[in-house]
Amino acid sequence: MTATKRAADSLIILIIVLAIWQALHQMVGDTALPSPGVTLLYLARFLPSERFFENAAATLTSFIYALFIAYGLGLAIGVWLGAHRLSGAVGEPLLVALYSIPKITLYPVILLIFGLGISGKVAFGALHGILPVALLTMSAIRNIPPVYLKVARTLHLSKRQAIFTVLFPATLPEVVAGLRIGLTVTLLGVLLAEMFASKRGLGFLIINAMQLAQSEEILTVAIVLFVFAALANSLLLWVEHRLHHRA
Amino acid sequence: MTCVGTIRLAVVVGAIGLLELCCRLEFIDYRSVIPPSEMATSLIRILSSHEIYPDIARTLGVVVIAVAISIVLGFALGLLIHAMPRVRQALDPLLATYYAVPIFIFYPVMVAIFGLSIIPIVLIGVATAAVAMIIATLNGLDRVPRVLTKVARVHRMGPLATALRLKLPAAAPHLFTGVKLAVSYGFIAVIASEFILAPAGLGRDIADAYNDFNNRKMYALILLLLIFATVVNMALHAWDQRWAERRGVRSS
Amino acid sequence: MTGTDLSGEVHARLSGVTRIFPGAAGHQAVHALGPVDLELRRGEFFAVVGPSGCGKSTLLEILAGLQPPTAGTVTFEGKPVTIEVPEGIGVVFQEDASFPWLTVWDNAAFGLRRAGAAESDVSQRVNDALAFMGLKDFAGAYPSQLSGGMRQRVCIARTLVLQPRLILLDEPFGALDAQTRLLMGDEVLRLWRRTGATVLLITHALDEAAMLSDRIGAMSARPGCFMDIVETRWPRERDSTIVSEPNFGEITGRLWENLRGESIKSLGHSGMVQA
Repeated sequence: MTATKRAADSLIILIIVLAIWQALHQMVGDTALPSPGVTLLYLARFLPSERFFENAAATLTSFIYALFIAYGLGLAIGVWLGAHRLSGAVGEPLLVALYSIPKITLYPVILLIFGLGISGKVAFGALHGILPVALLTMSAIRNIPPVYLKVARTLHLSKRQAIFTVLFPATLPEVVAGLRIGLTVTLLGVLLAEMFASKRGLGFLIINAMQLAQSEEILTVAIVLFVFAALANSLLLWVEHRLHHRA
Repeated sequence: MTCVGTIRLAVVVGAIGLLELCCRLEFIDYRSVIPPSEMATSLIRILSSHEIYPDIARTLGVVVIAVAISIVLGFALGLLIHAMPRVRQALDPLLATYYAVPIFIFYPVMVAIFGLSIIPIVLIGVATAAVAMIIATLNGLDRVPRVLTKVARVHRMGPLATALRLKLPAAAPHLFTGVKLAVSYGFIAVIASEFILAPAGLGRDIADAYNDFNNRKMYALILLLLIFATVVNMALHAWDQRWAERRGVRSS
Repeated sequence: MTGTDLSGEVHARLSGVTRIFPGAAGHQAVHALGPVDLELRRGEFFAVVGPSGCGKSTLLEILAGLQPPTAGTVTFEGKPVTIEVPEGIGVVFQEDASFPWLTVWDNAAFGLRRAGAAESDVSQRVNDALAFMGLKDFAGAYPSQLSGGMRQRVCIARTLVLQPRLILLDEPFGALDAQTRLLMGDEVLRLWRRTGATVLLITHALDEAAMLSDRIGAMSARPGCFMDIVETRWPRERDSTIVSEPNFGEITGRLWENLRGESIKSLGHSGMVQA
C-alpha cells in the first residue's frame, strides 16, 4: 500500500475519532465533555501560557531524572544477569514476578520513603522503568547466537574488541526495545505520581482541573501528553526498525 | 528443589529478613515502613474482623468485570480487524503507539461524563486492557500457519468450523498472553482509579489509611493486594507452562 | 594430472585426542569423541564424514583451539594448540555467522580491521575476496537481504581475507538445497586451489565428501573414532563433474559400507528426535 493511501486512511481514522468526540459532546453536554472545537481553542490559548510551561517543565524534569535512573540501573542489572549465568537463572523469575506486580500498589510506600516532592515522582517513575529495561537487556544478551562468540575467537579479537564490536551491536535492537518500553512506563509512573500527590506538573494539572470541573483543561493537557508520548515512542520505534532491518 | 531454586528462595527470604531487621533496629524510620511481621499480623487481624470484605469484593468485582469485558471485546474486535486488512493497516500506527500513552489520564474525563460510580472505573479498565487483547488476537491469528487453512479446505470445513476448530486453538497461546496482559492492566487501572477518586474499594481504603497516617492498616492492605496479584500471576503462569509443555514448546 | 602429493609435511596433527563432556548435576559425563589420531598434510583436502552426534564438530573445534581436548595433543605447524585459536587457522561454521548490522563489505573486512591492518591493505584484500566469492555486486547489501547460500559466502570471504593456511569448514552447506550444494562445492575447490591452503571439511553428505576430497575419514558413532581413511587420488584440477568417474561410485560405496552400521547405531542412541 502506498504511503499516500496509508496517510489518507490515518486521516479517516482521525476524522472518525473527532466525529465520535463531537457526538459524545452532544450527548453529555458542555461541562462534561467540551466539543473538539472548544478544546482546540483552549489549547491554542493554553499552550503559550506560563502556567503550562511551568508545569510542563516540572514534569519533564522529573521524567528525565527518572529515565536516567531507570536506564542506568536497568542496563546495569540487565547486563549482570545476562552475562552471569547463575545470577541470571536465579534472578530472572524474580524480575518477571516483580514486573507483573502492579507497582501502583507500592505508591504510598514510595511517598512515605521519599516524601511528596520531586524525589517521590522520580523514584516512582524509575521504579516502573527499571524492570522492562533490565528484562529486555538480559534477554538480548542471552540471545546472542553462540556462533558469534566462536567467530570472535577465530578472528583473534581481544575481549574488549569482542564486547564492543560484536556483542554490543548484536544486542542493540532488543536493548532499544527495552529502552522504548522503559520510556513509556517511566512517563506513566511520573504522571501517576503527579496525579496523586503533587502540587506541580501536568498530572497535577489534570487532577486539579477535574476538581474544578474544568473539562477543557483536562482534555488539553491529555492531548499534549498524548502527542508527546506518541512522538517519543515513534522516534524510538523508528530507531528500532532501522536496527531490525539490518538484523 | 534445584540448586538455583534454593538460592532464589534464600534471596527472597534474606531480603524480607533484612527488611525486618532494619525496621526492628530502627535503621528504617517506623513512620515510613513497618516490619514485615507487623504487616502480616495486621493483615490477619483485619481479615478476621470481616469488615474489609465488602471492599475486597467490590474491588475484585470491578476488576473481574473490566477484565471480562476487555477479553471478550478485545477478542471480537481483533477477529473483526483481522478480517479487514485495510482497516488493520490504517489502525496499525494507532495500535503501535496506544500503550505509549498513559490512557489513564482520561480517567478524570470519564468521571466528568459519568459521575462518581463504578462506570468510569470499568471504562478506564476496559480502555486500558482491551487493546492488549486486540493486539494479542491479531498476533495470534497472524501466526496461524497457512498450511492449517489448506488442511481445512482439504477436509472441506466451512469458515465457522475453520475458525473455531483450527484457528482458535492455533492462536490460543497468543490469546492467552493477551489474557494475562488484560488481567495485569485491568488490575492496575482499577487500583489507580480507586486511589485517585472512588467512592469505595481497596484502593480507596489504602488512600484513606495513608491520609490518616494509619500505617498498619495501609501496609496490611498493600500486602493483601501484592499477595493477590502474585497468586493470580503464578496461577496464570502455571497454566501457561502446562499448555506450552503440551505443545512441545520448551519452557524458558 | 596426478593426485595431490600426500607425502608432504604434516601441517596439523591430532594424537590420541579424546573429549569427554563432564556431566552437569544429575547427568552422566558424555564421552563425545576419540581417541582420534589424524595427520593433515599441507595442502590436502580432507573430509570427515560420520553419523549425527559422532563428534565431528567437536573434532573441528578442538583442532581450531576453540575447545580443549580432555586427553591427547593437538599441534599446528609444529606448535601446540591450546585455548587460543592459532594465527593461520580460519573457520567457517555451520550456523549463519554473518553480522547483520554490517554490510557485506564491512563483514568481510571485519577480521582484518580488528587486527589493525592499514586501510589500503584491507581495501585490496576485501575487494579481492569479494570478487573471488562472486559478491562484488552485493558489497553494499546487508546479510538480511541475501539468501542463506550468499550469507555463507560472506562468512567464507571474511575468513579468506585473513589468508589462513588451514581452513576448517563445519558443514557449511548444511542448510542449502542439493543443487546449490554442488555449486558451492565447486567454489570451495576453487578456493582451495587458489589459496593453496589445507582444508578440513565436515559433512554428512557422502557424495560431497567423495567429490571434493583427497582423503576422507569415516567416523564411527559416538564416541567418534576413525574407522577408515579412504584415499580418492583425484587430480587437483577437479570439479563437481567428477561424479561421473567410475571410481566415484566405488568410493561412496566404501564409505557407506563403513558408515551404514554406525548410522543405525546412532539412530538407536538418540532416537529420532535430537535431544
